[in-house]
Amino acid sequence: MTDRTDRTDRTNRTDRTTRAPWLYLAPALVVLGGLLVYPIYQLGLISFFQYTQAQVSGGEPTSFQGFGNYAELFGDDQFWQVLLATVVFAAACVVSTLAVGCALAVLLTRVRAVPRLALMLAALGAWATPAITGSTVWLFLFDPDFGPVNRVLGLGDHSWTYGRFSAFLLVLLEVVWCSFPFVMVTVYAGIRAVPSEVLEAAALDGASQWRIWRSVLAPMLRPILVVVTIQSVIWDFKVFTQIYVMTGGGGIAGQNLVLNVYAYQKAFASSQYSLGSAIGVVMLLILLAVTLVYLRLLRRQGEEL
Amino acid sequence: MTFVRRPWRLLAEASALLIALVVAFPLYWMVLGAFKPAGEIESSEPRPWTLAPSLDSFRRVFEQNEFGRYFLNSLVVACTVVIVSALIAFLAATAVTRFRFRFRTTLLIMFLVAQMVPVEALTIPLFFLMRDFGQLNTLGSLILPHIAFSLPFAIWMLRGFVKAVPQALEEAAYIDGASRSRFLWQILFPLVFPGLVATSVFSFISAWNDFLFAKSFIISDTSQSTLPMALLVFYQPDEPDWGGVMAASTVMTIPVLVFFVLVQRRLVSGLGGAVKD
Repeated sequence: MTDRTDRTDRTNRTDRTTRAPWLYLAPALVVLGGLLVYPIYQLGLISFFQYTQAQVSGGEPTSFQGFGNYAELFGDDQFWQVLLATVVFAAACVVSTLAVGCALAVLLTRVRAVPRLALMLAALGAWATPAITGSTVWLFLFDPDFGPVNRVLGLGDHSWTYGRFSAFLLVLLEVVWCSFPFVMVTVYAGIRAVPSEVLEAAALDGASQWRIWRSVLAPMLRPILVVVTIQSVIWDFKVFTQIYVMTGGGGIAGQNLVLNVYAYQKAFASSQYSLGSAIGVVMLLILLAVTLVYLRLLRRQGEEL
Repeated sequence: MTFVRRPWRLLAEASALLIALVVAFPLYWMVLGAFKPAGEIESSEPRPWTLAPSLDSFRRVFEQNEFGRYFLNSLVVACTVVIVSALIAFLAATAVTRFRFRFRTTLLIMFLVAQMVPVEALTIPLFFLMRDFGQLNTLGSLILPHIAFSLPFAIWMLRGFVKAVPQALEEAAYIDGASRSRFLWQILFPLVFPGLVATSVFSFISAWNDFLFAKSFIISDTSQSTLPMALLVFYQPDEPDWGGVMAASTVMTIPVLVFFVLVQRRLVSGLGGAVKD
């Protein structure tokens, strides 16, 4: 609605400058159009065709399948298992990351400079660690023969990657380790921006720490919490490297597959590009739904775009 | 928060230090593993220190498969992505914050939606696109997609920084006779630079971490490969050379760590600035 008034206010300027914003936007639009929008279109297209090694090498013509690939996918029990595993795994990652990140952000506000710096630096270190090195290091920590974790816990040569549940748990620990710092730093920055008088007043009124968090901080931090939650959902739903490396491409008999790795395996390991694309489309739709929820939340908060 | 009572504060500080140790431990173990001599790393009684630090693992890593070359490739990819996407994002963020035009809100929503696109799902069409343009097995096949994928987030983050520059400054510049491009590069760009630094952390990480594209697009010309691929040479699931893996991991992590420490302050204030908006 502000758009309309603005437009009338600025007619003079707009006339002169209509082309300038598009000029500035041109490089971004070209790059995004060519490397994001067009590939999405292609992804959708491939998912409706028969596209395997034979078609890729030009040996056989591509043939239109309609929803055939989707029918095949949805008729496969493994797909539903992987979908369920993806959602549960991502949810567990998001909840743990947020809980750890928020708790430590609050802790940061309670301590003096030295412990705060120590925790901050350790977290930055975990954050900076590339996904692939994080994966190998955590595997080494939990190695049944040479890892320190099993020694300390007295687990003997228990193999963490062997069982479905324990392998997912191991990946989850690594994911939380490398992604809680973003939440911690962001929420900490947010708490610091809350005027200290507000908190002191609440304390003087006899509010408990929990009550202060729930009734004062949480509502003020809501915009930040929405941002970090959504970012975590997006990141954790798309975890690829950790699963791929830590479970050796999806675990024993594919027990640790998530949609991403599943799509990759279908496309590049078994050359079923159309099935891989159909999985990609399903992922895209799920994340699009998350985005729409996010947009509604932003709108409700009255964020001006 | 001065009102926290003393015993509680000491307890909080003790736990903060303890947690810092736990969080840093994997990194410590990685560096330690890189320096442990061959016999010691495969001991079934792992010690949290080493008696005879050795550079053997690093030597092995650098002798294998032109590791230095992979390192350089990774650096070229990450730096190109950071610089190019920062420039493009700066222009785009300026356009959507300092001008009013038709489809502005639509574009903003599109940038937001673009952030959610699962990169991994696009590997298949991108593979064919790179093949058709003869880009397979080149660094370009890694650089181009990463520019595209870091752009939406970079634009979204930079918005806050560009918005924070007062309109009056722009008008004053024009009154003083500055051209639009002069204002853009000599006034706005330096002012927004801290925001660009914070943004670049994210694009650097995404490009430096890239594993999937390197695995899928660099298929036959290994001289164009990047660090994650070199690391996997040492990580054979059945019989990993842990010394080599830890040394390669250390070499791969250190540039990012240095980068983080350098921009640490800007990053924290940048995140604060971006989310406050």
